[in-house]
Amino acid sequence: MIVLWTDGLIYFLVVAAAVLAVYMSRQAHMRRPLHKIAASPVAMASLTLLLCFVMIGLADSVHFKDGDSRGNEAISLLDVACTTMRKHTEKTYSAPFSTHLYAKETIALDDGTTRWDYPRLQYGGAYLQNPEAEWAGDVFKKTLSAFSKGAGLLLMILLLAWGDKHEQRRRLSRSRSAIAVWVVMFVMVSGCYTLFSLSAYYHVLGTDKVGEDVFYQALKSIRTGLVIGSLTTMVMLPMAIVFGIMAGFFKGWVDDVIQFVYTTLNSIPSVLLIAASILMVQVYMSNHAEDFNNLLVRADMRLLFLCLILGVTSWTGLCRLLRAETLKLREMEYVLAAQALGVKPAMILFRHILPNVMHIVLISVVLDFSSLVLAEAVLSYINIGVDPTTHSWGNMINSARLEMAREPIVWWSLAAAFVFMFALVLAANLFADSVRDAFDPRRANV
Amino acid sequence: MPQSLLTVNKLTVTFGQSKVVDNISFEIRPGETFALVGESGSGKSITALSVLRLLPNNAQMRATSIVLQEQDLLNIPEIDFCQLRGRRIGLIFQDPMSSLNPVMTIGQQIAEVLHIHFQLSKSETNQRVLELLQQVEIPEPERRIHEYPHQLSGGQRQRVMIAIALAGKPDLLIADEPTTALDVTIQAQILDLLKNLQQQTGMALWLISHDLALVSNIADRIAVMQKGKIVETASIAEFFHQAQHPYSLKLLAALPKMESCMGRPEQAKSALLSVEKFKVYYPIRKGIFKRVVGHIKAVDGVDFELHSGSTLALVGESGCGKTSLGKGLLNLIPAEAGRVLFAGVDMTQLSGETLRRQRAEMQIVFQDPFAAMNPRMLVGDIIAEGLRALRAEISKQAMQNRVAELLLQVDLPVEAALRYPHEFSGGQRQRICIARALAVEPKLIICDEPTSALDVSVQAQIIELLKNLQKQQGLSYLLITHNLGVVAEMADEVAVMYQGKIVERGAVEQVLLRPQHEYTKTLLAAVPQLQTT
Repeated sequence: MIVLWTDGLIYFLVVAAAVLAVYMSRQAHMRRPLHKIAASPVAMASLTLLLCFVMIGLADSVHFKDGDSRGNEAISLLDVACTTMRKHTEKTYSAPFSTHLYAKETIALDDGTTRWDYPRLQYGGAYLQNPEAEWAGDVFKKTLSAFSKGAGLLLMILLLAWGDKHEQRRRLSRSRSAIAVWVVMFVMVSGCYTLFSLSAYYHVLGTDKVGEDVFYQALKSIRTGLVIGSLTTMVMLPMAIVFGIMAGFFKGWVDDVIQFVYTTLNSIPSVLLIAASILMVQVYMSNHAEDFNNLLVRADMRLLFLCLILGVTSWTGLCRLLRAETLKLREMEYVLAAQALGVKPAMILFRHILPNVMHIVLISVVLDFSSLVLAEAVLSYINIGVDPTTHSWGNMINSARLEMAREPIVWWSLAAAFVFMFALVLAANLFADSVRDAFDPRRANV
Repeated sequence: MPQSLLTVNKLTVTFGQSKVVDNISFEIRPGETFALVGESGSGKSITALSVLRLLPNNAQMRATSIVLQEQDLLNIPEIDFCQLRGRRIGLIFQDPMSSLNPVMTIGQQIAEVLHIHFQLSKSETNQRVLELLQQVEIPEPERRIHEYPHQLSGGQRQRVMIAIALAGKPDLLIADEPTTALDVTIQAQILDLLKNLQQQTGMALWLISHDLALVSNIADRIAVMQKGKIVETASIAEFFHQAQHPYSLKLLAALPKMESCMGRPEQAKSALLSVEKFKVYYPIRKGIFKRVVGHIKAVDGVDFELHSGSTLALVGESGCGKTSLGKGLLNLIPAEAGRVLFAGVDMTQLSGETLRRQRAEMQIVFQDPFAAMNPRMLVGDIIAEGLRALRAEISKQAMQNRVAELLLQVDLPVEAALRYPHEFSGGQRQRICIARALAVEPKLIICDEPTSALDVSVQAQIIELLKNLQKQQGLSYLLITHNLGVVAEMADEVAVMYQGKIVERGAVEQVLLRPQHEYTKTLLAAVPQLQTT
């Protein structure tokens, strides 16, 4: 097993989240908001979707060497699960579910003549004798059978939960939020299972320029999206919170210094900074070739540095918001009362200021999350984003961009990246909304 | 019997499940002053808004009829209703700062109303605006017409609001707590102005207020609202002589009375706090290097002594520096000069750990119980905060016991510890604030307007609580207030503050009943007294 840098950080984040969840469920007054989240159908549905994404991302974060892999390359659990998809590469573009390539070629016929036509795909629907006649029926049959298997499995679990002898558990599985979870699960499980089993026969989302399966790319991109979103936030948050609150609370020279730093940082174009640091990393890696002899490790290093530098350039906005809010809060009477009671400044920051700015932090983090995924796409365009060998929605969009002018249009890469990104960002947004509402005691009865 | 101007029949307003206004009927006659009195949350403002159809979206309103001059307002389509608001019914709100647009001159804002309701040429409009400003007695109207709201004082802003309301020449002027945000002396001027204007124009005035004393000075008839119902309607003379409903009687009884200061016993005097030549200045900084170019002298050389076990009231209008003085005593803001001897220790010379310890001997209770507690902390944690900070060694169990004991002391149930502040009413929150202050066993509590955000009946309860605590624990209070009624109820001694200085100091009876200084006399004269004759 190989642990990459980003893998390690992801494990750390997962463990931290688990510890936090256990700690919160042990605290009496924290259990109330948790129950509120559990009772909200929207929150639970979006959480289910988020967890699906996280599971895929985690499966893609367990790397190991394999007889399959060439040289020093390592593959992940997800790669193993998608072996057929991964290995079924065509020559170039093909549309979703198609049996023919998207570009005409000269085909040598059996009788020695040649013809200018769309050739058959190597894998997609290759077993069909007469694609024109059999294709529709075959797709329908395979979809139906895969769907009924996936749906049947889930329905069985559902029935078991529904008729649970244990009274309390049964009521739990019938609550409104549980029903929302069941619906999302049903769509996700049966949908994924269908797509997954169909992808053994067809390219369900088509193939890209070099003939790679787009569905596989989109699945692999989930990890990149999650890493960029979460690791960048992890870098950015401590800086923004510590500096913002300190500047607002202590005022005076502390405020002056912090303001000076973020104004300066803000006035340097962030693309320049990012380009410089990515170049630096590349130079470093080529000077220490023996440590980075592996494509995967190099790409991972680049991803990590991208997160780092994105974090360093993006904390200023949140910092400014927090400073302003803290300036307002420090004049609140409860802060004065705490001072009069002899509470130490550090404690006041921690107990009175921080909880009261958390709603701003939560909202801007989730909003930043989507813009970070997009930023990655923009940076890929000028070749300073993630490594070109790394699968990412940004790279997908970037390569699809060139084909938008083509007639007929190649739309599937873009559409796949868009749908996956949209689902992730929407789920994150809805979930963050519910979390914010649940943890605001003033909204407890609304 | 004069014909009625406005008749409201069986008005009900509901927000979701809760009835805010419950089946009320009343009438307002032309030219009279009708007062709708009730505590906060009784539905009096909502009643006025529903007559004007300005209710929030989630409110539902039902009524048999609302008749203004023989026209049923319920049948008027919304588009014609705009012609009615401002033209036939004028409205004045409580807070003149937030009711005026800060980026428009006051002349423009008055002219706006004239544009909507009358076809006037530019010079006529200008003329009319000047007239209106003269009518509301704003000095130098020619200059003021081009000024922005922030350049005016609070009282002048309220005068501008009145001018805007008068611009449409309404038959009925609704004044929703028109003086609550103002100082007593300004309040008296505004009330005089309203009275004069009413006599000049013959309009009816619908006054919404919580202040019975104020109402007794100006109103002809009064209606008392409690929990959405009108419990009693009477002429002013009848009401103050023979109120019928128990709630009205309760309201009357809860009014703090000036006479209660008489016969307060002399106490053995030992100085707990003595303040000498105390000054708090706010520096005015300008330029890149934030050079200090001048000072705002909030507290400018104050001397007084506070004896242990007694209450000293610091009286003055807003901006006189009384709150700065309170914060300065606690060293929450740095003092410019002077000495604060608290139990023999000079507080101004302390810093760091000693200051933190010493400061706990003096506690503060703030005016606004809503802002004084961290909304994200449990009440138990709020009360225990001081204990945690000063007695870190105390066990968890002992802490919980102490919190429970404190809650009982301020007459709250022990279960309150596990709830959040927003679940409590204003009076209950103020009790929690008092419990928080008591937790560290202070010798002195600075009460900064402890009751001015509260209703009269709740105010009386809090005063009672503070007095009892003083008796039981020998606390001293420094009472900072503008409410002379509260002073009369609580204080042993009074110091009157004016522009950063103490202008008169003495025993409560002497200052309130036989004032020496000019300013004290003005202040006392401005306080609305119950007109019982």
